Amino acid sequence: MTPGLLFALTGIALFACGAAGVILAPHLLRKIISFNVMGSGAFLVLVGLAQRDGGVDAVSQAMVLTGIVVSIAATALALALARRLLNQCGEMRFPAETPDD
Amino acid sequence: MKLLPRLGVTAVFAVLAAVLVHAVLNLPEPAVRLGGAVDKALGQSGVSHPVTAVLLNFRGYDTLLETAVLLLALIGVLTASGQVPGSMRRLPSTPHAFLQSLARLVSPLMVLAAGYLLWAGSHRPGGAFQAAAVLAAGIILLYLAGLLPANAASTSSLRAGLLAGFLIFLALAAAPLRNGALLQYPVEMAGALILLIESGLTLSLALTLAGLFLCLPDEFEEEDD
Repeated sequence: MTPGLLFALTGIALFACGAAGVILAPHLLRKIISFNVMGSGAFLVLVGLAQRDGGVDAVSQAMVLTGIVVSIAATALALALARRLLNQCGEMRFPAETPDD
Repeated sequence: MKLLPRLGVTAVFAVLAAVLVHAVLNLPEPAVRLGGAVDKALGQSGVSHPVTAVLLNFRGYDTLLETAVLLLALIGVLTASGQVPGSMRRLPSTPHAFLQSLARLVSPLMVLAAGYLLWAGSHRPGGAFQAAAVLAAGIILLYLAGLLPANAASTSSLRAGLLAGFLIFLALAAAPLRNGALLQYPVEMAGALILLIESGLTLSLALTLAGLFLCLPDEFEEEDD
């Protein structure tokens, strides 16, 4: 097994953990962090698969660099919306998820 | 959530992971090798580092749209927080004197490091995004140390700074349209154009990234009015 393949498999594990976290965690901050874990997994798969037979692929590295910056922007937007929800509802979770609603 | 649905969701994602692992382990050999193609065309890109060549020349439209996405995210954050750029939130408490002197000491070095990263991008790992991240960290550090007055920059010049990088990039990307192709820089000028684009991007991205942090809404601010 090459290191590149190992990176890709780790990325898959991170992606699955993050995706499960997005659904299972009730708190919005945890959902946002899970979403970032998911994204990191996808980036690791992209970079790892591109170099699974040794050579470095500049194209996938550049795309992952682009992706990281976009995910930072998306995280900031999600945090701003979550904060807005906190200000309006008093808690950082979706209203429908509170029991007996 | 009850225990049973939690177990169900966990099982679904475990199956998903297993399927993905199976797919990755049985991938066919890649039909095209983009790494080799990049290395072959590197001489025409104007820079000697392949990642920078891909980011700003071969796939420049990705980067162009990415800067637009960052601006859009900042506009979204500003909309959610109901603030205008320039009126950043108040500090929760008076910062420690040690933090202030440390910020004074470190921030010129961060500007220097950002300049180096920007220059290094043409021939080794570095470039506009890394330089902008260091600059943005410097701005946030100065703000947290209470050294950056909340409304130091007037709104119009701050807006111009936020837009400058994207507009320079857009203008230089659209200029070769006369010859029929977006982002098709003339080979002999490509290096200088890339440096110009990256300088503009560094400034604007630093302001945008810092703005994403500094313009987040205050806790319970809306109950004041």
